[in-house]
Amino acid sequence: MAEEIHITKGDRIKVWWRSTFLQGSWNYERMQNGGWAYTLIPALKRLYHTKEDRAAALKRHLEFFNTHPYLASPILGVTMALEEERANGAPIDDKAIQGVKVGMMGPLAGVGDPVFWFTVKPIIGALAASLAMAGNLMGPILYFVLWNAIRMAFLWYTQEFGYKAGSKITEDLSGGLLQEVTKGATILGMFILGSLVNRWVSVKFTPVVSDVPNQKGAYIDWSSLPSGKSGIQKALELQSQGLSLTKNKVTTLQDNLDQLIPGLMGLLLTLFCMWLLKKKVSPIIIILGLFVVGVVFHVIGLM
Amino acid sequence: MTLNFIQIILVLIVSFLAGMEGILDEFHFHQPVIACTLIGLVTGDLTPCLMLGGQLQMIALGWANIGAAVAPDAALASVASAIILVLGGQGTKGISSAIAIAVPLAVAGLLLTTLVRTLATAIVHIMDRAAEEGSFRKIDFWQWVAICMQGLRIAIPAGLILAVGAGPVRALLEQMPDWLTKGLGIGGGMVVAVGYAMVINMMATREVWPFFAIGFVLATVKEITLIGLGAIGISLALIYLALSKQGGGSSNGGSSNNSGAGDPVGDIIDNY
Repeated sequence: MAEEIHITKGDRIKVWWRSTFLQGSWNYERMQNGGWAYTLIPALKRLYHTKEDRAAALKRHLEFFNTHPYLASPILGVTMALEEERANGAPIDDKAIQGVKVGMMGPLAGVGDPVFWFTVKPIIGALAASLAMAGNLMGPILYFVLWNAIRMAFLWYTQEFGYKAGSKITEDLSGGLLQEVTKGATILGMFILGSLVNRWVSVKFTPVVSDVPNQKGAYIDWSSLPSGKSGIQKALELQSQGLSLTKNKVTTLQDNLDQLIPGLMGLLLTLFCMWLLKKKVSPIIIILGLFVVGVVFHVIGLM
Repeated sequence: MTLNFIQIILVLIVSFLAGMEGILDEFHFHQPVIACTLIGLVTGDLTPCLMLGGQLQMIALGWANIGAAVAPDAALASVASAIILVLGGQGTKGISSAIAIAVPLAVAGLLLTTLVRTLATAIVHIMDRAAEEGSFRKIDFWQWVAICMQGLRIAIPAGLILAVGAGPVRALLEQMPDWLTKGLGIGGGMVVAVGYAMVINMMATREVWPFFAIGFVLATVKEITLIGLGAIGISLALIYLALSKQGGGSSNGGSSNNSGAGDPVGDIIDNY
């Protein structure tokens, strides 16, 4: 104990990289514990040198642990700070370290889920998916680059923040900032979800409600057009003037529904799914059920 | 389409990465838009796979691992359906049947995940013994064994599909009648709602429902792109936060961000 041992920046970079593999040995007994111990090894290697110390440190970090994989980073930072003090002789016992870990993992998971899984991922995912569906290679590239840039920066800065704040972090976190971030993310997420439901849930009913003839002059009279290219040109000109292409005006059930607001059926379907999920119906059952509904309704001509 | 030896190896590597990420959730190689595109890239069938990835991504938007719960397995769904799409050789026409195949696979993947997570319990016990010895090296080793197990979870099924080969896969796809593939396509359009419903159930509170309504209505204006909508959404969130701070005490009451509590539409839904 002659001079103080410190965790170097290099160690912290190694821990940061290892935290990528936090969930690798996720198990039903103690969840992320194996990955947690694995992640901390560069720091523990720096701080402890005897076999007994190392064994004790590993055992204490193989206790139960589970949180959002990205929000584990601030906890890693704090834990490194505590371990450093302990290695330098501060009276921090196993219980204190485990207490900090358990005390932080619950609230932080509560922040990570809405921010990452319900806001950032749907937004980037929808953007990438709509590009990819049109055959644009920018879709996957954008997703990969944006997601990983956000993630890696987040992991590093929150880990450093945790390390520097040390055990004081609980006070910082209970302040308004985290709640504000969560609320802002929730607002953005709900807004985007509203627009996604409108644009991407597709429910189309095909039955014809009415089939009335258009008035003369309101549709293109194909027999009176000149033949050949000039006929095509004439027809396109007439269409751009607002003339109908067909003699009859066909209104489907879908046209009627769209007059209320486009996407209404998609919204109702989404609300129905929410209700089913709240009734503890498995999402898998709902998904398979919707495929069955799609096939049946198509066969009887409803969709 | 028949794949050569190098392509098969590359497909297996992509599957392995997707399997790892299915549990790690970091680089997101398992997200359909990336996994399908990578399969397309290494097999030379890029565009159909890219489009398949986009459609599957839309369906899988709301799938997330929350706590101990595991979402339907996007990794197996995207890898296997992309391989089937490539082997079937139908190009973009085969996308809707590939999606219909992907969903049952997402369920099968769930079972494999459960299996691997149970096996990981044994690995953690080995780690306990390594900890007694204070051996860092052994912990590192077993962590990687666990990660590789997750990779094999997808790579092995992918290998099986490749072993079955192009012929049977194509025969299977060609047997599907037209009404079935069309119907499945329609079902695919609706299935997207399930993912959104999962996410909304998690986030919705009385406070944020109006933003859902605004988003829904603004999306009917087709000229506004997704990026434009994102900008409006961010602005609304910032304005709301700034105003609720100015309002002083008013924001304190709304601090309960827990889902369920104070969710009027959810309550109505619950009451039925």
